[in-house]
Amino acid sequence: MKVLCAMSGGVDSSVAAAMLLDEGHEVTGCTMRLWGGASDTGCCSVADVDDARRVAQQLGIDHFVFNFGDDFDASVVGPYVASHAAGETPNPCIECNRSLKFDRLLQRADALGFDAVATGHHAVVAHEGTRWHLRRGADRAKDQSYVLYMLGQAQLARTLLPVGRLTKLEVRRRATALGLRTASKPDSQDVCFITSQGGREQFLAERLSFTPATVVDTAGRELATVTAVELVTVGQRKGLGLAGGGVPRYVVDVDVAAARVVVDVAEGLLTDEVTLSTLCWVGDEHAPDPDVASPVPAEAFPVLAQCSAHGEPVAATFDPMTATVRFDKPSRRIAAGQSVVLYRNDEVIVGGVARRARSEAAQSST
Amino acid sequence: MTTTYLDHAATTPVRPDAFDAMVPWLRERYGNPSGSHALARAARKAIDEARDVVAECLGRMPREIVFTSGGTEADNLAVTGVVGQRRGAVVCSAVEHHAVLHAVEALGGRTVGVDPGGRLDLDELVEALDDEVCLVSVMLANNEVGTIQPVGEVVRLAREHAPGAVVHSDVVQAISWLDVADLAAEVDLLALSAHKFGGPQGVGALAVREGITLTPLLRGGGQERERRSGTQNVAGIVGMAAALRATVRERALTVARVTRLRDRLADGLTSTVAGCTESGDRSNKVAGSCSLLLADIETEALLVLMDQAGVCATAGSSCASGAMEPSHVLRAMGVSPELALGSLRLSLGWTTSEADVDRALEVIPALVGRLRDRSPLAVRP
Repeated sequence: MKVLCAMSGGVDSSVAAAMLLDEGHEVTGCTMRLWGGASDTGCCSVADVDDARRVAQQLGIDHFVFNFGDDFDASVVGPYVASHAAGETPNPCIECNRSLKFDRLLQRADALGFDAVATGHHAVVAHEGTRWHLRRGADRAKDQSYVLYMLGQAQLARTLLPVGRLTKLEVRRRATALGLRTASKPDSQDVCFITSQGGREQFLAERLSFTPATVVDTAGRELATVTAVELVTVGQRKGLGLAGGGVPRYVVDVDVAAARVVVDVAEGLLTDEVTLSTLCWVGDEHAPDPDVASPVPAEAFPVLAQCSAHGEPVAATFDPMTATVRFDKPSRRIAAGQSVVLYRNDEVIVGGVARRARSEAAQSST
Repeated sequence: MTTTYLDHAATTPVRPDAFDAMVPWLRERYGNPSGSHALARAARKAIDEARDVVAECLGRMPREIVFTSGGTEADNLAVTGVVGQRRGAVVCSAVEHHAVLHAVEALGGRTVGVDPGGRLDLDELVEALDDEVCLVSVMLANNEVGTIQPVGEVVRLAREHAPGAVVHSDVVQAISWLDVADLAAEVDLLALSAHKFGGPQGVGALAVREGITLTPLLRGGGQERERRSGTQNVAGIVGMAAALRATVRERALTVARVTRLRDRLADGLTSTVAGCTESGDRSNKVAGSCSLLLADIETEALLVLMDQAGVCATAGSSCASGAMEPSHVLRAMGVSPELALGSLRLSLGWTTSEADVDRALEVIPALVGRLRDRSPLAVRP
């Protein structure tokens, strides 16, 4: 196959390109230039592009740089700021996968005549029966299927994730054996467009005006104030100006419109359910075979729900008609804007973005 | 696969004259021109003779020529060197090469706009000029669209409205096509770069009118009459002089030949490719420039396909990571950001042949059609 391998300059995508070559594919490397501003951890700094290009040279494959900066601003950075402005807790890496890697880049690959796009994500794409499946990577600690839940049949049919079958240790061993310069490069951890020096606060301060807010308990008693309600996250305990020493209290609701943060004791942070928006079914209606019946079930069904990138999956029931996840045991509240991914065993079934809990929305309107 | 090279504005193949002239200075004639022994004196003689050649081609005196590491250093030396001595405001055109533009911006300078054809707005220039202005910088030919600027007029207006100002012109893209000695006769500073006219990369020059003092960028051993310290790139300077001599000798013939090739290429593409227009006004462009705008096409993708077909070209300027950047030149000309994404720069030069144009006319329309067929977004003409 003619494969376009997205190379970030990290070890995983370096090894992915090498594995594809080994398997006999015709491989071209590319790096997306996404963010033009300050960055220290990003996948698009000049240093990372250099690393990607040098690995491509070492492997003897062509390497191109694509400037998707405008798309990144419009599809990732803009919505990230807007989501914070609405008091949510967005996950920009997921939006980047949704809009850039598996949309914009896939379109570019199509235009250039490539059969597939490959990345260095730790997850497994498999074709069984009549459809494509997305499963957890072999290395559970590094599994990234959570950030790929938006991939439907059309995308999976053209996506290769070669390192998903390896553990991270095996990836590094292969990189070392091949003498790749990225073999011992540390994993990137943070949001690529936010610097460790300035942080999220400075980034948002330059792009929106913060709203001072009162911190109240569930009875509405004012306990403290914060200078920026947009920086507060559900589940947060520190930085709220609450006196120490007492029973720990956690944020259970962020209400930008009312300029109010509600806190409660640990038990109050627990919830039975979360409702999702922007549902993405892996077995979606865009399946390449139109004769296959829609796999979207009408009845509620049992799932394992993962509520953050490295969160432990918990047993739950998902009702597709209301897009509601009901946890078997009370679970920590999910901040609005976070993605919840639902699995059957190790297989991604559906995912979506958590909505603000209804009961809290009702409270805020009083 | 044969290579069809249509990126002469980026760099040019080294002329055989230049290559042959350089070789001895990379082998047995390795002296440092600042020394006093025989090897050193030989090197000194070589750069003195090269200086004579460059001066003659630019219509300057040899002592006015400062050798640099290239066009960027020459432009930076001009801008910051003048400001270091005179203080005051700096004015440049909005379509300058980044070597001028970023140097001017770093000093808080002002830019003067251009018309839709890319030509400097002289009324706006007059408005920007006053007694405070110490430097005016306007290129002779633009690197992206090839537009020729009226630098003679610029000098006249500067003398009248900003009498204290030094006038600089980046002639990097002009030297292959235009008689710089004549067109820029009144300009105070001229920057050029060897690899744009068949010389090697990494060497250039700044012509500095007698009586103008510049604050040096590099301090050290005081080479180049205290204006540019650092051991001279002897082979590079010799190569530049040989290339410049050949360029000027053949210029009239090359311009006539390449103009015909460029016209055939531009006419062929604009007539066969739907939504393909020329940027800038062809009657006011250098001969090697064929810059196009392709509706509904992302040049970034087209260039990958052209590369795979062996056709080398570019979109506009590139950033440090190698990605395509939106062109400030097209923006200044009033081209919409969407259309600017489809900007394709084909630049011809001394080696360009009929076969190169044939190949481009065969490959580009086919690839544009392929991209449009595959793009779900393209509006079909």
